[in-house]
Amino acid sequence: MKQRTHMLLSIASLVMLGAVIWWANGNLNAYYTRVANTAAIYVVAAVSYNLINGTVGALSLGPNGFMALGGYTIALLMLPIAQKQMVYFLEPLIWPFSAFSLQPNYYLIGLILSGVIAALGAFLIGWPCLRLKGDYLAIATFGFGEIIFVLANNMLSVTNGALGIKGLPELTNLWWSWGMAAATIFIIKNVVNSSFGRAMRAVRDNEVAAEAMGINVSRTKMLAFLISGFFGGISGALMVMLISTISPTLFMFTMTFNLLIIVVLGGLGSITGATVTAVLFAVLQEVLRTVESPIDLGFIQWPGIPGMRMVVFSVLLILMMLFYRRGLFGSWEFSWEWLLSKLRRKEVPQCQQQINK
Amino acid sequence: MSIEIFIQQVLNGISLGSLYSLIAIGYTMVYGILALINFAHGDIFMIGAYIAFFAVAIYALPWWLAAILTVLLTACVGMLIERVAYRPLRDEPRISLLITAVGVAFFIENLAIVTLGARPKGFPVPAMMATNFDISGIRISGVSLWVPVLSICLLGCLLYVIYRTKVGMAMRAVAKDIEATRLMGVNVDKVIMYTFAIGSGLAAAGGMMWASKYPQIQPLMGMYPGWKAFTAAVVGGIGNITGAMIGGLIIGLVEILTVAFFPSISGFRDAIVFAILIIFLLVKPTGLMGEPLKEKV
Amino acid sequence: MSAADKQIILDVQNVTMAFGGLVAVKDFSLQIRQNQLVGLIGPNGAGKTTVFNIITGQYRPTKGSIIFTGQDITGLNPSAVTKAGIARTFQNIRLFTSMTVLENVLVAYHCRLKSSVWSAFFALPSYRREDSLLRAKGMELLEQVDLAHLANEKAGALPYGQQRRLEIARALATGPRLLLLDEPAAGMNPEETAKLTNFIREIRDRFDLTVFLIEHDMSLVMKVCEEIRVLDYGQTIAHGTPAEIQQNARVIEAYLGEAEDHA
Repeated sequence: MKQRTHMLLSIASLVMLGAVIWWANGNLNAYYTRVANTAAIYVVAAVSYNLINGTVGALSLGPNGFMALGGYTIALLMLPIAQKQMVYFLEPLIWPFSAFSLQPNYYLIGLILSGVIAALGAFLIGWPCLRLKGDYLAIATFGFGEIIFVLANNMLSVTNGALGIKGLPELTNLWWSWGMAAATIFIIKNVVNSSFGRAMRAVRDNEVAAEAMGINVSRTKMLAFLISGFFGGISGALMVMLISTISPTLFMFTMTFNLLIIVVLGGLGSITGATVTAVLFAVLQEVLRTVESPIDLGFIQWPGIPGMRMVVFSVLLILMMLFYRRGLFGSWEFSWEWLLSKLRRKEVPQCQQQINK
Repeated sequence: MSIEIFIQQVLNGISLGSLYSLIAIGYTMVYGILALINFAHGDIFMIGAYIAFFAVAIYALPWWLAAILTVLLTACVGMLIERVAYRPLRDEPRISLLITAVGVAFFIENLAIVTLGARPKGFPVPAMMATNFDISGIRISGVSLWVPVLSICLLGCLLYVIYRTKVGMAMRAVAKDIEATRLMGVNVDKVIMYTFAIGSGLAAAGGMMWASKYPQIQPLMGMYPGWKAFTAAVVGGIGNITGAMIGGLIIGLVEILTVAFFPSISGFRDAIVFAILIIFLLVKPTGLMGEPLKEKV
Repeated sequence: MSAADKQIILDVQNVTMAFGGLVAVKDFSLQIRQNQLVGLIGPNGAGKTTVFNIITGQYRPTKGSIIFTGQDITGLNPSAVTKAGIARTFQNIRLFTSMTVLENVLVAYHCRLKSSVWSAFFALPSYRREDSLLRAKGMELLEQVDLAHLANEKAGALPYGQQRRLEIARALATGPRLLLLDEPAAGMNPEETAKLTNFIREIRDRFDLTVFLIEHDMSLVMKVCEEIRVLDYGQTIAHGTPAEIQQNARVIEAYLGEAEDHA
């Protein structure tokens, strides 16, 4: 009975989301649409990053690498062939990518393949590294992210190096980005609430005890890493197909830092936290952008302070870690049960509540 | 390649490696005491270079004064960071400290961009570094000669402090067992402060010498040297000072000689260093000279 | 209960554990029969937890082997040992503090989960059915150990005595044949210890277990154990019934550290 109600509520909210997107597509200007798309992409990236950092408790400093893998995969798959010859003028694109290009109506397949390639990267890096402890794992994943960056900058016949790739079809719209965000939340929420999620949280809380309970610790960590990599790749792909270009600088360590601040601010381990904070971050990024660019109000001239955004964000991260480590949502998760109980409590009159006690 | 060029490259590698050693020592000392990877340490190195720049280029101080001032001021910056960002979290899990360190690194880098400008500035190279020497037919730049020499002197002073002074003994004790040392009446907070001061001071020296070797400074100049120095610390054995020295030389030589022998992969030099880091973490995390640790069940 | 004709389920054969130069356990042997309640005692640092760690796979012994129900489990990792049928609790409580009491128990069922990952990803009906079954099973176990009323409390918020009980319940949830308890009475007052004594006997009977425990609290050991083994400096110095051990001079000497004049 309860299950049915919850499912209906979820479907209802999806329908509402659809309605909002349908309205936005007709009425929101390009600027706000871009911010909304960016927010959704951050949701996909942050919710999946949260799985490895928060749920299984293994700090990874390399999510930028997965996003890069996903971004380059979809670029190689979907750049029109004519563009491929133009863009790769220093060194021609390697075969087989030079010979074909996925048509736009196969976008979903492109996205999934991007996720799969990123997950493959996660498997290759995770297999040796996930048995490392705490900060060593963080450093190893950091190294992996940097290696991907260097490779992207240097393998001209694959990535076109620092020049990057232009002319990708702009396929990401609010349906795709928020659709993927909803799918990410759905799947990862199911994982966290399942036995597999329990195994992950057990590994986080006490790895020795988890192993003593029969949990295969490496397999559990690997599962989280693969899922995180898959959706990380998808977020990279979505982003690339939003701005229709890709270059290695998109995926520098700064991207990891952005995701780190989102999951820490949201509350490590909370999907709700990661979602809400991802949206907040996307908005804040835009708001702060005005501080960075020159403003001419006639009577006041603000020359603009480039780099100020990052100063604000890094101070925010430091202050969070010092004073408010649990983040905005701690480990709390939104659930239909919680909402319903809050609504129910309002309906029951005070004296009735006393009797019920 | 000719033997002269080979020797030049080896010397080049040694001077680069000495610089990595100086930075690596900061990482390794802090890790030995706090089990913290001070992600922001590379940026301390950058601060040293900038302070020297201002002292000499803007305030026209003589080099001997500028050098001392730089080391002292940078040491203060290091101590400040420890006091403000790391000390409050000392009892927290190491991951929290690492995340904070990442925040501090980004803060310093971007504060530098905001206040000092992202555009590179030319560094006023001191005269002794700029002159070249000719030793039995081999051209040696001042940098290639003086950097290793100065580094060895600094390292010698450091080893003296560590093994022959009370402060050094306190540092070694804290690195072994922080609680026991505290119970014996040692002011652990002060010892940790000194550790950061020494590490930062050495990084400042490294920064000045690096800017003499590559005379363009910019706010992000500490990123890659920092991470490579960290790799050096891991290779040598994190927590082990001699290890940091050896690791630095190894990484410097590997980097220079790889590019010298295989110029086509020079773009990948950074990736090679990171690959070495990952391989050591996987295969020999205690490095060439470190000691193993075990969790009590 | 103390049937000497019941078969041997744990056979530790000449196990030695050396950490570099330090020999923690030397030539240790032990046989435990089905449904026995055996105790391992000895002064601090004698190597008792090391013996446990060897049996459960946290350490691989330098020499010797461990046979459990006819299977050689020497060197298997801890999760494999658990699947083979040995469960343990820890000296320092190792609960999953952020998870609820029920969830702590449910973790034990994960290794035998039948549903695939994919069915969990999409919350398919088949997965949800198995999840409900496991929850019911977990609640039933909690009923049997009198913790059901706390099922949705965070494990970290429980009072000490109940945390210990949850540790044991969690171990029981793995469906073991042999249960290793590492100082289950640590930090308990006499009343709690008495309760624990009965509890151990109860679960041995109800779950058809064999129990092997380390303990310093002699009242518990003497009341619960049918056979006691005494360890000192990694070696067995005595074994027998509680009565025999209480009178054993070597044991008394090991604990008190005094030389006694005996021929």
